[in-house]
Amino acid sequence: MTASPAAPAPPQGPLLSVRGVDVGYRTGRRSRSTAVHDVSFDLHPGQSMALVGESGCGKTTLGLGLLRLLPRTGVVSAGEILFRRKDGRTVDVRSLAREELRRFRWSEAAMVFQGAMNAFNPVLRIEDHFLDTFRAHERGRARRRAGIREESAALLEMVRLDPARVLGAFPHELSGGMRQRALIALALALKPQLLILDEPTTALDLLTQQAIVERLSELREELRFSMLFITHDLGLAAELADRVGTMYAGRLIETGTTRDIFHRPSHPYTSALINSVPPVSGDLVVPESLPGGPPGLSSLPPGCSFAPRCRHAVERCRETRPELEVLHTRGGGLSHAAACLRSRELAAEGATRD
Amino acid sequence: MTDRSVPVPAPAAPGPAPLLSLRGVHQVFPGARGDVPAVAGVDLEIRPGRALCLVGESGCGKTTTARMAAGLADPTAGSVRFRGRDITAMDKRERSAFRRSVQYIHQDPYASLNPVRTVYSTVSAGLRRHRMVADHKAARRVTAELLERVDLTPAADFIDKYPHQMSGGQRQRVAIARALAMDPEVIIADESTSMLDVSIRVSLLNTLGRLRDDLGVGFLFITHDLAVAKYFAWDGEIAVMYLGKVVEHGPTPRVVNDPRHPYTRALISAVCEPDPDLARTRERVRLRSADIPDLTALPPGCDFHPRCPLYTPGACDTRRPPLVRGHDRLLACHVVGQG
Repeated sequence: MTASPAAPAPPQGPLLSVRGVDVGYRTGRRSRSTAVHDVSFDLHPGQSMALVGESGCGKTTLGLGLLRLLPRTGVVSAGEILFRRKDGRTVDVRSLAREELRRFRWSEAAMVFQGAMNAFNPVLRIEDHFLDTFRAHERGRARRRAGIREESAALLEMVRLDPARVLGAFPHELSGGMRQRALIALALALKPQLLILDEPTTALDLLTQQAIVERLSELREELRFSMLFITHDLGLAAELADRVGTMYAGRLIETGTTRDIFHRPSHPYTSALINSVPPVSGDLVVPESLPGGPPGLSSLPPGCSFAPRCRHAVERCRETRPELEVLHTRGGGLSHAAACLRSRELAAEGATRD
Repeated sequence: MTDRSVPVPAPAAPGPAPLLSLRGVHQVFPGARGDVPAVAGVDLEIRPGRALCLVGESGCGKTTTARMAAGLADPTAGSVRFRGRDITAMDKRERSAFRRSVQYIHQDPYASLNPVRTVYSTVSAGLRRHRMVADHKAARRVTAELLERVDLTPAADFIDKYPHQMSGGQRQRVAIARALAMDPEVIIADESTSMLDVSIRVSLLNTLGRLRDDLGVGFLFITHDLAVAKYFAWDGEIAVMYLGKVVEHGPTPRVVNDPRHPYTRALISAVCEPDPDLARTRERVRLRSADIPDLTALPPGCDFHPRCPLYTPGACDTRRPPLVRGHDRLLACHVVGQG
């Protein structure tokens, strides 16, 4: 992996272009709550973007919404999700019909869910998961079982698993790390252009996590897919992403390259998150504590939704809701932008870092 | 167990006498494929006002050790002593006092609180059981004080709530208040902060730190997160466990900033730091194998040798390295142990 900004933007433009997307959940016959508000970003081919924030900030809802995998009560209620398919056509994921959507998922964009145990069917062997995937999502004629088996074995080897042992195994016979790796192999089965990973390593041990992170970076170099991963682990974001988006109360409140976010965070929430992680190297550093939690979706404050917890909030923060404002323009969707009324003055005071 | 090593004294930690001490404790679980030695000879001491962190990967015996320390499981060999008294030899009254003095906080605040009990009912259960309060009014007053002490303020807002009305961080504070109700001398915290968001984790650690510093509670703090261990036990000690044994044990600043055992080094190098430049430039310890050996079929010699980057044929694959005292820590390694 090179230093960020990583991949130079290819001439043909973004792979995924999210425009003003709202995602909501139906909470009653006539009531609905909006979990994701007006999110826009462009993801260019080969980029790896991390979505960070506390639980309940809408990260997973956004990830699911992009592939229309929301539970029955969820709906993408506004905006466009433009995706450039392998054949060069750009489609709006929101408008895909049922059958088209099925072909789209997995062969164009695949998802690795949180908790690898629940993502597998416990009564099917790993082999059958691959078989199902190829049969359900692959375009063209149905293939012979032997051919699929061979390809599945190659995929498992790609994530450093022994196919002889894993293919015939049931999910419960594998360790957490092996299951997670098998799930990644399965997601990559139809060579998707985009991989969405929801908390890919959260429940895993440190050394297992490290092995998976390293393999994912290598695979991304080899297969050139784009990655959007959701995590609350800022260390993981620093390691695996070339750009980061911070989410708070359903909105994207800061976006930029990994360096921008970690060295020059311009939203007080992003700085607070970074400063709350105790570092392992060096002398003792007292991390910042960020009391309270994100506001409930039904009781968003009128101004900036972070204002009640913000150390730098002033009167106007409680009245005016800040829009995402570009601080530093770059191509390829890598501009640094923050939604804070005071980001410039705070940067001048040096308040948003440390 | 064939090799029952001689109990090694813990590193000379300055300070008061230990409250709780584990001496050569073993825990062997019978399994279908043979006995599983989950903990194989661990010596630990917990002192008042001090924190001892136990770190290691899942399955290394951290929780089993903690359960034996709390008297929730009897060791198959070795002894657990509370104020010098073997807990298996205690009579009913002593045992009850021990149970009050050593409190356990579980990992998952969603599972450890009874969903049909209010905060008041949960926190005051022990008070009422042990007749530590006179009446209902006193129980409510003491509960409110406890809630204030764990930063659930104002207590009136929380005392009549049910667990489902609270966030994970608040629930974990209720679990801490319940432990505090017994006025404990030792708190055993088993991954108590790992399920929480980073932002909440720090303030919870600060709350626990105040109990340690102001009330002199001794902590056995179990975590897989070395950064958390470092922050919580900077003045204390870290013991690194691997496959049921302690492989490195010493003062926190020494272990974290200058890890000696190859396993500790690997763990520390695997921590993702929130700094992209550091993440990409610093050296990684590459293990020879990512998989942890099965406890029922342990390799000969050092348990870590199939994964160890410093493995050298000879002693490593024939003889199990004992935990020996160096000038500032205890270490179990043939290769780095001599230096």
